[in-house]
Amino acid sequence: MANPLRQLGRKSVDMVQEAGGMMIFLLEGLALAFVPPFRPRRVLEEIHKIGVRSTLIILLTAAFTGMVLALQGYYTLRKYGSEGALGSAVALSLIREMGPVLTGIMVSARAGSAVTAEIGIMRITEQLDALDTMAVNPIQYVVMPKLLAGVIAVPLLTAIFDVVGILGGYLVGVILLGVSSGSYFSGMVQSVVPLDINGGIVKSLVFGLTIILVACYKGYFTEHGAEGVSKATNQTVVLSAVLVLAWDYVLTSFFM
Amino acid sequence: MIKIINLVKSFNGQKVLDGINLEMPTGQITVVIGKSGVGKSVLLKHIIGLLKPDSGQILVDGQDIALLKGQALRDFKRRFAVLFQGGALFDSLSVFENIAFPLREKTRLPEAEIAQRVRERLAQMNLTAEVETKFPDELSGGMKKRVALARAMIQEPEIMFYDEPVTGLDPPMTNTVFHLISKTHQESGYTALVVSHDIPDVFQVAHQVAMLHKGRIIAAGAPEEIQNHPDPVVQSFIRGEVDFLEG
Repeated sequence: MANPLRQLGRKSVDMVQEAGGMMIFLLEGLALAFVPPFRPRRVLEEIHKIGVRSTLIILLTAAFTGMVLALQGYYTLRKYGSEGALGSAVALSLIREMGPVLTGIMVSARAGSAVTAEIGIMRITEQLDALDTMAVNPIQYVVMPKLLAGVIAVPLLTAIFDVVGILGGYLVGVILLGVSSGSYFSGMVQSVVPLDINGGIVKSLVFGLTIILVACYKGYFTEHGAEGVSKATNQTVVLSAVLVLAWDYVLTSFFM
Repeated sequence: MIKIINLVKSFNGQKVLDGINLEMPTGQITVVIGKSGVGKSVLLKHIIGLLKPDSGQILVDGQDIALLKGQALRDFKRRFAVLFQGGALFDSLSVFENIAFPLREKTRLPEAEIAQRVRERLAQMNLTAEVETKFPDELSGGMKKRVALARAMIQEPEIMFYDEPVTGLDPPMTNTVFHLISKTHQESGYTALVVSHDIPDVFQVAHQVAMLHKGRIIAAGAPEEIQNHPDPVVQSFIRGEVDFLEG
């Protein structure tokens, strides 16, 4: 009996220590954004890697999400004779929830895993040590640009997700199922308020920072060679996806 | 002069360095030998500031490096360069960009001057201009080591650290790397620490050899002294005897 309890206690302490370590890592990373030398080119490179290279998968996910929302919504609303509300149902679902959450999960799977693998390999091949010995701060050179890129790229990807999702819903609802184009868009204009859009932006900012923080932290503290990189990558995807969903609940409760 | 005084380091309760005392004279190459896993690289990582000792001191020109912080630490780091075991070349940068990296980060030299210095270092390492555009994963082990040495030498260090510089290389490339170490040392006159288990090849570059065993320096002296050292552990290691290696 004592052994499982001890294990539980140890796991809990480890988790608290890791959370504390992550916060210190985040603060150090963000603080170094204000310390010279400034490397805007590194931030642009990371926006390209994290943001631009995730665009295709975001476009595909958004289009199908919007299409399936319209399909499900249409048959549900038709029972009550409210097909005209399809546009607002699709838009609200996307802007408030599906856009930020699915963008976060897709970025975590595509870019988060890549960031962990990249930094983890830099760790095990001593590239981070090499930076340190050249008096180049590895957190400032490697981590900070990725954190900034996450905060910039994920909201932009979310905006793309929302727009493409609405167009996907239009394709199914208006073109395939015959809902009027005017009611699709006018319902949307009437029901979406600035708070919905602001909520979506705040969520995507928090998700972007969380995903890239977890990815950088797990990569930076990778141990035990290739197996360690594999384990860290796996942990990044699982932990960041869970954190996105947990944050989503917390932030939604603030915006409701 | 680099002086290590009673350096102790443990990992998870296991003592890896157990009171290391060693002096590395200025302008000379000191080689630390010992079997794999004995703590040679741990010792080197303490001297370059990547690890902090549990106790003991590392003095560089009388200055305890554990006490250096901020700008003083960065200034100290600019005095040395490291050739890591695997080269530690940056995967995402070409050979040219890797070698130019320290100059681009730490100096304000114009690009034309940087390009000229990079090409000089490539030539010094017997590498042709064709490798400039290649990436590290396109290079052989020996080429990686030479590019990494070029990146280290372009910093014009006062102190050079070599972590297992010839591990994994074939005999001709091993001789090439040792030749380059001797050549660059003659040209620059830097102080060097070489950590290696490549016996007896490593003796050809050494001015002083120290043997690390069970966390302590058990023998230190000129290469000839170590080769004729009476300690059976030293002799057993130099001859590569199986019982010692497995012991």
